Amino acid sequence: MWETIRITLQLAAVTTIILLVLGTPLAWWLARSSAWWKEAVAALVALPLVLPPTVLGFYLLIAMSPSSPLGQLAISLTGQSLPFTFAGLVIGSVFYSLPFVVQPIRNAFEAIGERPLEVAATLRASPWKRFFTIALPLARPGFLTGAVLGFAHTVGEFGVVLMIGGNIPGETKVLSIAIYDHVEALEYDQAHLISAGMLVFAFLVILAMMVLEKKLRRGPAHGGRS
Amino acid sequence: MNFLSAKLKGRLQDFTLDAAFEIPASGITALFGPSGCGKTTILRCLAGLERLDGYVRLKDDVWQDQGYFRPPHKRAIGYVFQEASLFPHMTVKQNLSYGMANPDKVHLHETADLLGVRELLDRIPDRLSGGERQRVAIGRALLSKPDILLMDEPLSALDRAAKTAIIPYLERLHAGLSIPVLYVSHDHSEVERLADHMLVMDKGRVISNGPLDEMLTDCSLPLASSREATSILEAEITGFDDKNVISLLTVKGATLQVPGALGPVNSRCRLRIAASDVSLASTHPSQTTILNVLPARILAVHDLGNAQFNILCALGDEDGGRILARISRLSLARFGFETGQDIFVQIKGVSMV
Repeated sequence: MWETIRITLQLAAVTTIILLVLGTPLAWWLARSSAWWKEAVAALVALPLVLPPTVLGFYLLIAMSPSSPLGQLAISLTGQSLPFTFAGLVIGSVFYSLPFVVQPIRNAFEAIGERPLEVAATLRASPWKRFFTIALPLARPGFLTGAVLGFAHTVGEFGVVLMIGGNIPGETKVLSIAIYDHVEALEYDQAHLISAGMLVFAFLVILAMMVLEKKLRRGPAHGGRS
Repeated sequence: MNFLSAKLKGRLQDFTLDAAFEIPASGITALFGPSGCGKTTILRCLAGLERLDGYVRLKDDVWQDQGYFRPPHKRAIGYVFQEASLFPHMTVKQNLSYGMANPDKVHLHETADLLGVRELLDRIPDRLSGGERQRVAIGRALLSKPDILLMDEPLSALDRAAKTAIIPYLERLHAGLSIPVLYVSHDHSEVERLADHMLVMDKGRVISNGPLDEMLTDCSLPLASSREATSILEAEITGFDDKNVISLLTVKGATLQVPGALGPVNSRCRLRIAASDVSLASTHPSQTTILNVLPARILAVHDLGNAQFNILCALGDEDGGRILARISRLSLARFGFETGQDIFVQIKGVSMV
């Protein structure tokens, strides 16, 4: 079981990091662009919210198959095809959890408004400096929410994993699938154990996020409240 | 080329701006006009926050011209917004030093002292009063070493008390600052106190542009027709009558007597005379309690259309200080004042601004 927990946490951590790196510029663009097709992109990003995970998993499986361009690229790079590997799971999870990370960050960027960035521009700050010294710090609560939701949502992933990850112990077997297996095998004790563990985990995560967010909103990092 | 010159034309949302002007690159220029006439848009275009067709030049530095547009962070401007807009995640000190090319503690402390925010350096903006915030914002703009300071109604978000408290700081800046300031306002009294030059706008156009005293008394402009029409005179305190407690103030073309000790002899000050406090007499009135009865010449007679007239006079002869008098049609008919006539102005109230 520890192996399964390790894989679950590793998958969630890697996915969250990738999503923060990719999701930040995407969220920035969605928050700031005035392109007319922006909302179409936003809808694509939000799609996993409403799409049955098995549908997403099915298309990802097709896209990763050895005969597809993506599959061939993976084979030529790693000598291995993507489905039923950890890397394949990560790709699936990135799509699956994308809206949970991008949406809070986009909202946080939008909440900053134009003014602080304009002020910074009149103080000789280049676009990069404006982004790193104004936008990022002011959007901190959004990053926190995005990271926590992305992580927790990936931990609870089931349908996509089942479609593209299979159920290989030590490779692609994650907790939610383990629960399913235990129930199928009528091992209710184990199923109870894992389920209760995940329940407590989910509660603690949300609680910690709320407390931290409240703290963050209260002022600057070097919180000199005199 | 010691000027800021700009020509800006175009539409923004449902608003059309078509303005061209040239103002001296020194002193404070008030950008005056009713709300919604395009004052803020002009400031934003000068700063590069908005882009319209045309050109913007400060002295021989071109900021915008056909096919060329310098982004805001490459223009040497200081911009003070209507709301202080301090960065909420930084301390006052971090806010002040944000735009400084090299952190210079001495310079930062000097500016903080000048604006009276030295004690606040370690606070966060959340914990400041409105007036304090705006002072920090002004300091922050100044510390970025701008070539011009753009101020967009910096006092309008403050209550009366905070406003009264901040104006002396602005006057101190005025005296000590070598860079030009473009100051957006629709407050008559703010402009009278601070400005040297004035740009009058209406409906997206610049309708007049010149020295403050001329603009205030120009009968073709809305300022002179408003109820609060005033004249501004630059004066020098040339004497003090101890026994009667009267200060002597010399302006162009006349010397005024004003009750009270207004300041040390030889110092300069600015006088404000409301048009409704000025009356006219065709001969010198001998029996009057009014201290200041001065010879003057009528430069213009302007019908305000509500049974009232503006009479523009120059103290002494044509070159003297300009004074606006508000009189009724009845008085005008009775005395038959006309342009070029030599008369006497009686000034009932003079105040320092």
